[in-house]
Amino acid sequence: MAERYSSFTPGGTGWLLQRLTAGFLAVVLAFHFLQLHFINHAADVTFAGTQARMENVGYFLVMVLFLITAAFHGLNGIYNALVNQGLSGGAKKAMFAVLSLAGIALVVQGIYVALAMAGYTT
Amino acid sequence: MSQSYNRGLIEDFGRWKEFSAGMWAWIFHKFTGWVLIGYLFTHIAVLSTAIGAAGDTAGIETGTDVYTTTIQGLEELFIIRVLEVGLLAVAVFHILNGLRLLMVDLGLGLDSQDKSFYASLILTAVIAIASVPTFMAGVSI
Repeated sequence: MAERYSSFTPGGTGWLLQRLTAGFLAVVLAFHFLQLHFINHAADVTFAGTQARMENVGYFLVMVLFLITAAFHGLNGIYNALVNQGLSGGAKKAMFAVLSLAGIALVVQGIYVALAMAGYTT
Repeated sequence: MSQSYNRGLIEDFGRWKEFSAGMWAWIFHKFTGWVLIGYLFTHIAVLSTAIGAAGDTAGIETGTDVYTTTIQGLEELFIIRVLEVGLLAVAVFHILNGLRLLMVDLGLGLDSQDKSFYASLILTAVIAIASVPTFMAGVSI
């Protein structure tokens, strides 16, 4: 049997969540590009148009879930890439803390932005 | 007993001449992943102008609020449109190769994993090139 090269713990939660979020993101990211570059065009985006989309509760929830899954998938991916590169010990723990804080900050700011777009902050 | 051997550090880029298709797929997936997460932070930063625009009722009606003018101002720049095509290429490759990785994880099509990598590259190039007219509409150097 070949050696395992993956940094993920076999059967671990991180491994599973990385793949579950991948499946969701593959669909939603493709939809996001189609909607804002092909159906609508980025150059024509206005606050009023964004607000009309974000006032739809289903769309709003999908976008917030998109943000959370993308932040997790991206930062978990970076963490595992660095572990593959040989990161260990205290530096590994420090990087985990830095990436976790960055992820939390990104999600909090993103949700605040989403609420502003939907008109909940005024 | 499984056979053990010293493979060296996996991401020793100095060994790039030894890389096979699967290794290149892994490197490209990592590179495109770094670009996408970097872009996500930038994206949320730009969209944060919505916070300031939200109370500007008159500006929203006339399209002169800070969110609308920031996005439309960026979209007037030729370099932004070029970067958008690049972002699309990066995202499409990451999605296609990600689907390939999910199949590899499930043990599907392992014998043709190199061919599916080449297919991901070709399909990415075709989609990116086909999108150029859409992305470049209404902008000039």
